Amino acid sequence: MNIAKPNSYRSGPDDRGHFGNFGGRFVAETLMPLILDLEKAYTAAKADPAFQAEMNGYLKNYVGRPSPLYFAERLTEHLGGAKIYLKREELNHTGSHKVNNVLGQIMLARRMGKKRIIAETGAGQHGVATATLCARFGLECVVYMGAVDVERQQPNVIRMEMLGAKVMPVQSGTRTLKDAMNEALRDWVTNVHNTFYCIGTVAGPHPYPTLVRDFQSIIGNETKTQMQEIEGRLPDSLVACIGGGSNAMGLFHPFLDDPSVEIFGVEAAGHGLTQLHAASIAGGRPGVLHGNRTYLLMDADGQIQDAHSISAGLDYPGIGPEHSWLHEVGRVNYLSATDDEALAAFQLLSRLEGIIPALEPAHAIAKVMELAPKRAKDHLMVVNLSGRGDKDVPQVGDILRGKSK
Amino acid sequence: MTTRIDIRFAELAKQGRSAFVTYVMAGDPDLTTSLDIVKALPKAGADVIELGIPFTDPMADGPSIQAAGLRALKAGMTLKKTLELVRDFRKDDNVTPLVLMGYYNPIYIYGVDKFLTDAKTAGVDGLIIVDLPPEEDDELCIPALKAGLNFIRLATPTTDDKRLPAVLANTSGFVYYVSIAGITGAAAADANVVGEAVARIKRHTRLPICVGFGIRTPEAARAIAEKADGSVVGTALVDALKNSLDAEGRATAKTVNAVAELTAALAQGVKGAQQAAE
Repeated sequence: MNIAKPNSYRSGPDDRGHFGNFGGRFVAETLMPLILDLEKAYTAAKADPAFQAEMNGYLKNYVGRPSPLYFAERLTEHLGGAKIYLKREELNHTGSHKVNNVLGQIMLARRMGKKRIIAETGAGQHGVATATLCARFGLECVVYMGAVDVERQQPNVIRMEMLGAKVMPVQSGTRTLKDAMNEALRDWVTNVHNTFYCIGTVAGPHPYPTLVRDFQSIIGNETKTQMQEIEGRLPDSLVACIGGGSNAMGLFHPFLDDPSVEIFGVEAAGHGLTQLHAASIAGGRPGVLHGNRTYLLMDADGQIQDAHSISAGLDYPGIGPEHSWLHEVGRVNYLSATDDEALAAFQLLSRLEGIIPALEPAHAIAKVMELAPKRAKDHLMVVNLSGRGDKDVPQVGDILRGKSK
Repeated sequence: MTTRIDIRFAELAKQGRSAFVTYVMAGDPDLTTSLDIVKALPKAGADVIELGIPFTDPMADGPSIQAAGLRALKAGMTLKKTLELVRDFRKDDNVTPLVLMGYYNPIYIYGVDKFLTDAKTAGVDGLIIVDLPPEEDDELCIPALKAGLNFIRLATPTTDDKRLPAVLANTSGFVYYVSIAGITGAAAADANVVGEAVARIKRHTRLPICVGFGIRTPEAARAIAEKADGSVVGTALVDALKNSLDAEGRATAKTVNAVAELTAALAQGVKGAQQAAE
């Protein structure tokens, strides 16, 4: 495997969708023609100024961008080191970064004349964003969600249904995000003639990892501009949580060729890396699933193992292929946070800043709690606050009450 | 390179008869029963055996074959044991073509070169790997051809004339035409529509064309056999197996016969077909 340092970390993938040895197009033949069509449609859309102009209009007036870059003063004081900024993606319409990507894909689907949209969802944030934009553009929407996640993320299930989407609880396998993705792929193979699969993360067959990254890169691009305005320079470090890794890739990608910027991705360590967890890089190895080669949790026979995280959005045994590559070339440091660490961070941010984070970015905050105190006071650290915690309030409430008994 | 697949299709062509291809999952419901089932298939009339490699995440399979894979995995099946099963089958049968069908990850993790060597040694003739389209031929297809195994490609209703040459380029043994856009065990295919598709593919290749997905009954198998060089039945056999299990999902005295009897009935259907004019 070639892990020589590239001239640029931002030039991938190659024309076959490879980031180094990762990525690719490992799908059934039925889907291949559609994936090639999607690639063509995306290339054409990117070159079309009208597409970008229309996107920008919705990003501003419907999503509410740009999202603020907020100086977390009390968190900074509490930790006593780096100056911590929160990229407030949780303030977007629908409550997370997911809407950035969904808007782009729905506009592509419309260009391709597709009237039926399917999506997989874990925490329900991607499902809610997809249901929202389908409502806005009058498209049929079917969301596959693991039955376990339907239980623990009830508020988002109700939201999707209110928005007119059909939520399909998935009973196969581990009944979480991985199985929702299997079921969405099965739907797509069956309804390929009229259906667009709106993938929620930087994974899946090429060109999905690229187009989702591109649509999410607005996070990093805004951060760069905003930090220039506030501090007059680049940040010194970036921190984001990773399930599939779309919020992280969106923040990281514009900074990959700025060597002074340290970059940290935070996987979900669940009960701990020696027990059930969802940290594909820390505890997995390269394999092929869901259309791409990437780090996966699996057994010695190549069977995919159950992931576990308190956070439904991180409860996935894989990671986007570009992250696998950035890990192997050493540009991004991949860390992990346990369920308990994320819960502690969830409470800390709520009490110090009056911001209830989703359990997903609570994992990033958990590592900020470790990293920030070791950095100088003029170190500028940006954390992607990728979603708000409303959806987690019932679940965390139950856990905390259970613990306090 | 001539494999058992090539020989078998040449024989059938001479007889003017369409092939009957059976699919069962390796290790379902357990290794011993599974071996007995595979051994029983040729006697019951199977011309070609497809043996599923169990995988946790079979994204092109319907509920029946998903469940079959999970039963096999739960009983301890692995790719290594799947190859052992083939080796044991070959002790008594050196003529029936055997094709492994599944997903790439277990093979990738086993190691492509080692897998191809071990598969060839065990007596495997060909591979059908659902998630390896021609765009990924360097992964397994090209090495498999070099190792003397057939790489059997799936063509589907979405594979248009422009794409067919790419799909057929490195295909050998036979072409597996997926009769519907969908997953295994889904709705039945219309034999006339299938006939048109087979004729379309035949304009691009001289390889035999077998048709699968949605064929469940002797009548349906017969209708397809009149239009194609072979018909594949999988889900119906897997369902027959499942219906023979006890409440805990274990094999019973009826299990092997349940699969063999349905195989015999389907084979009768195929053999009653009037071969379509070439």
